[in-house]
Amino acid sequence: MENIIEIQNLVKTFDGIAAVNEISFFVQRGEFFGLLGPNGAGKTTTIRMLYGFSPRTRGKLRIFGMDISTEYRKIKARIGVCQQDNTLDPDLTVEQNLHVFAEYFAIPKKEAFERSRELLEFFALNHKKDAKVLELSGGMARRLILARSLINKPELLILDEPTTGLDPQARHQVWEKLEELKETGITVVITTHYMEEASRLCDRLVIVDHGKILVDGSPEDLIDRYAGRHIIEIEGPDQALIEYMKKHDFEYDDLDRRLILYEPEGRDLNHTIRERFCNEKCIYRNSTLEDVFLRLTGRGLRE
Amino acid sequence: MIDLAAFSWRFLKVWKRNLVVYQRIWKVSFLTPLFEPLFYILAFGLGFSGLIGSVHYGGADLSYTAFIVPALIATAVMWNAFFETTYGSFVRMYYQKTFDAMMATPLSLEEIIIAEIVWSASKSVAAAAIMLTVLGLLGFVQLPMGLLLIPLAFVGGLAFGAIGMFFTGIIPTIDMFNLPIFLFVTPMFLFSGTFFPISNLPGWMQPFALAFPLYHLAELARRFSIGTSETGTIISIGYLIVFFLFFTVLSFGAMKKRLIQ
Repeated sequence: MENIIEIQNLVKTFDGIAAVNEISFFVQRGEFFGLLGPNGAGKTTTIRMLYGFSPRTRGKLRIFGMDISTEYRKIKARIGVCQQDNTLDPDLTVEQNLHVFAEYFAIPKKEAFERSRELLEFFALNHKKDAKVLELSGGMARRLILARSLINKPELLILDEPTTGLDPQARHQVWEKLEELKETGITVVITTHYMEEASRLCDRLVIVDHGKILVDGSPEDLIDRYAGRHIIEIEGPDQALIEYMKKHDFEYDDLDRRLILYEPEGRDLNHTIRERFCNEKCIYRNSTLEDVFLRLTGRGLRE
Repeated sequence: MIDLAAFSWRFLKVWKRNLVVYQRIWKVSFLTPLFEPLFYILAFGLGFSGLIGSVHYGGADLSYTAFIVPALIATAVMWNAFFETTYGSFVRMYYQKTFDAMMATPLSLEEIIIAEIVWSASKSVAAAAIMLTVLGLLGFVQLPMGLLLIPLAFVGGLAFGAIGMFFTGIIPTIDMFNLPIFLFVTPMFLFSGTFFPISNLPGWMQPFALAFPLYHLAELARRFSIGTSETGTIISIGYLIVFFLFFTVLSFGAMKKRLIQ
């Protein structure tokens, strides 16, 4: 498979402090790749280096086999970027936003108009094409940013928190559109805080924290590796339970009022726990990527 | 320092973006250059000139109105370009994140800056053209020589657009544009031989006036509209061009420092 992105020992420092510290990963053509991490982990900094917005301090960064610092025009012509902030042009209408953006890519007018029409159709914004951007709802604005990032038929789409701040309906709608896009074979790099989003969309992902990559793998693989298949959450755990866990060397996280037990492969602990240790409330559930994320990055508040 | 690969015709795309926006508001925008010179002529030319009589300038005695009319065009050129690359560009850069979006496309930051400056000069041209029509019809500008005011407005607009862009690159918040306006633009507006010849200034102040780009723009405006000036045409044009280039290069540095991290 062809590597669309190749990053090796990439470093970005701000005033001597490393925001991205020696990270390495690659993304293959057609992959939907996730970059996950708590706030301040270095996701957006990495993404900004990817699309040439901020220059790297050190390391190798190649996109389509080219160097972003010298061949940024060629690279940018082939990528689409959906930034975290709403960068839509409020002075223009919905349709003009697409037309004007197409100009920046030097797309011929006829093609630009046709492409805009298709994209407005695809993102269900046709009825709003003459509206002002400020009149759009959060979900519509997000869809328009997505539409705009596709105006140049990019081979690589970079999405920085594409669903942050959207209500569940709008978020699911964006996911559906992204899934449809995935079918077309486009390569996608996405950052998100929603683990459900990452599980659903990503073929492969990395979790970063403090500028370093902690783990790398498919969502299922990471869940298997770091959170087991099932989890038992026990509210109000008592000392007897903790002693029982320690004795059997089970993996768990003690959150004081709540204990999270990672059920080992092949053991059925649910009954034992329920019968012997469940004082208040016990939940037996499938493990999720969120469990992996919290285990690896800790539960302490960021920022 | 300057990377030539960062410059291409693509800057016109950004210029065109501003034109598209302007087309939505031009009906309001063109009222100012249409009526402002009329107000000034009424206030200063008719009301004020009775107190003054004639102005001795460039070896000739001019009526006060004839003296200030070319300067009115020059100041309009200044305000239009300077406001566009200060308040206008700052809003696009800071509040609307328009430059951020552009930088995710094949555009370079240099092209965005050039486009903003050229756009500001275009607005100066539009304002000068409207004023020229009014003032030409009223007989205050000699034609066809006065048509040279159009390209002149462009050159002057580039100079003021460039220094405005530089301030946009270094100013922390939008309120602080008051500072360069108060310290730089207002004194320039008053003491550039606009409302009185600089020979009326105390001797020590005259070299300062000569450093003001507005002085040279007003000189050139008089040369092209009434055929008289006190400074060499080539010197004044050269000064405006050097001023434009100097502050354009400075604004590249300032904006890079501000936007690219």
